[in-house]
Amino acid sequence: MKPLKSAPSTVPHYADTPLREKVLRRIRNRPTTRGAIILLGILLLLALLAPFIAPQNPHDLASLSVMDNRLEPGAQGMTGITYWLGTDAQGRDMLSAILYGLRTSLLVGLTSTAGALAIGILAGLVAAQFGGAIDAAIMRVVDFMLGFPSILIALVLLASIGRGVDKVILAIILVQWAQYARLMRASALVERRKEYIEAAVNFGLPTRHIMLAHLLPNSIGAVLVVSTISIAGAITLEATLSFLGVGVPVTQPSLGLLIANGFEFLLSGEYWIAAFPGIALVLLIMSLNLVGERLRRSFNVRGS
Amino acid sequence: MTAYILQRLIQSVLVLLAVSIVVFLAVYGIGDPIELLVPPQVSAAERAAMIRRLGLDLPIWQQYLSFLGNALQGDLGRSFVHGIPAVDLILGRLPATFELVFLAMSLAAIVGVPLGLLVGLNPESRVSRAIMAGTILGFSLPSFWKGMMLILLFSVFLGWLPTAGRGETVSVLGIPISLLTLNGLKHLTLPALNLAIPNMALMIRLVAAGTAEAKTQDYVKYARAKGVRSKRIVGRHILRNILIPVVTVAGMEFGSLVAFSTITETVFAWPGMGKLLIDSIYQLDRPVVVAYVMLATLLFVAVNFLVDVLYAALDPRVKLTGEMA
Repeated sequence: MKPLKSAPSTVPHYADTPLREKVLRRIRNRPTTRGAIILLGILLLLALLAPFIAPQNPHDLASLSVMDNRLEPGAQGMTGITYWLGTDAQGRDMLSAILYGLRTSLLVGLTSTAGALAIGILAGLVAAQFGGAIDAAIMRVVDFMLGFPSILIALVLLASIGRGVDKVILAIILVQWAQYARLMRASALVERRKEYIEAAVNFGLPTRHIMLAHLLPNSIGAVLVVSTISIAGAITLEATLSFLGVGVPVTQPSLGLLIANGFEFLLSGEYWIAAFPGIALVLLIMSLNLVGERLRRSFNVRGS
Repeated sequence: MTAYILQRLIQSVLVLLAVSIVVFLAVYGIGDPIELLVPPQVSAAERAAMIRRLGLDLPIWQQYLSFLGNALQGDLGRSFVHGIPAVDLILGRLPATFELVFLAMSLAAIVGVPLGLLVGLNPESRVSRAIMAGTILGFSLPSFWKGMMLILLFSVFLGWLPTAGRGETVSVLGIPISLLTLNGLKHLTLPALNLAIPNMALMIRLVAAGTAEAKTQDYVKYARAKGVRSKRIVGRHILRNILIPVVTVAGMEFGSLVAFSTITETVFAWPGMGKLLIDSIYQLDRPVVVAYVMLATLLFVAVNFLVDVLYAALDPRVKLTGEMA
């Protein structure tokens, strides 16, 4: 590292430190938020370890026994296995299906949020840096995207390109990047007026360097804070699309698809096929929302 | 003002044009339009005749112009499944959806405004904290699962309310309405409640935030100093001032409620526009999907245009030209 490059960027970091510590302390002291973080950690761990802790591999048809179909929670199977959360129409252990479904839901939610973040941050940064016609063009597209409900855009897109994990991720990226672009542009515009950017410009640093090394790290905070809530949004969107039959394929069911599979058995009172995956989904979404909401309030970011 | 309206109008038309090009390319450009628009079960001669009649043998720009020309005359194709014009089919389902959205919005306001006031006036009380926690739950419950659990509780376990359909309707000016019969109302309750819950949560938060801000304002302090009764301060001074943003948001939420009714209609088999869209996607009834997208775009563009113009007319601080950051 040349000393010239690191000198200006250390200034805002120094100024940020007390706030960050204050926020972390406040988050740790809130019992609800602490509970939500612990719950989120447990869910992540369960999803990661699913292949090792699930009583059954729900994707392995050979290990399923159709004789055990639609058993009540706590029932014993033909092979002596206890189905703590019951079984579905194929005789699949719901607990195992939920653990694997959690993996798919999280995979889609995290990947699509990362993709949308990357595109949105870049678009917002470019719009703020260059202004003029480029800014106007990017922001018109953003306004256009935000003018429509995301579920409708994703639904129609997936209806024409078909279902699949990669396609769902693509659809969610497409509907979510715009909110990040708008927020990123707003905070980058504020940063750009500050003196350290002016100093960097006067140093004669290349524009790309100023954008990536100065503007980006100092204006990315708000977007990252809001992204926690958006992960919850992405997971809900995926679940909804899968419920509507245009989401993930039946070979890799997410929590949403598991709920959809249980829908037809609901009226005959076989509630567990739809209810338990839903409870897992709600716990996941709620813990993300609680943590995200606390982060947003602590950093005083206005969400979109 | 006129210049602003004109500018927004031109923008709106451009958006509609852009969507029409995207939709046209999606349906006619990427896939094989013959496969999409000609039903598979027709004979070869019929097939050739349909290709000529639909103009699918023409160059693509000419096809787009004729698509656009037809669209301007309200012709967005004919449903394969139902055999009637797609626009008529969708408009026929409009009353069911609007009825649902109307009731959901009313429920959200009737429950949300008083609870929001309660929270805003005593934010630290136990009840307020419970209500605010409830709003997070309201946002977090996925609509389709919440609908299923409502069915499970009220229909399967308690047996109070029906699970699907619209029930009896009464014809008002030729439009069937469920709201006016007891049976129809029973059918309407669960889907409307399901659609209303996230909006209730939103309404509570908006009103609570507005109230918390308004009660520290000078006009409230002045009224209190003058000896105005608390009830009157809340009703006449606080409520009136916070209702403006609440009504604005409610208006803007209208469009997304129509979109979200797609999910609720699917769960409760409510025969509205959203259910029609999902059914058409399953049955590969492309003209109906295309018509739905174009009509939905028209609706959203029109609502946005109206909100912007009303804002400009009502609020003198809104800048009429330049960018909206």
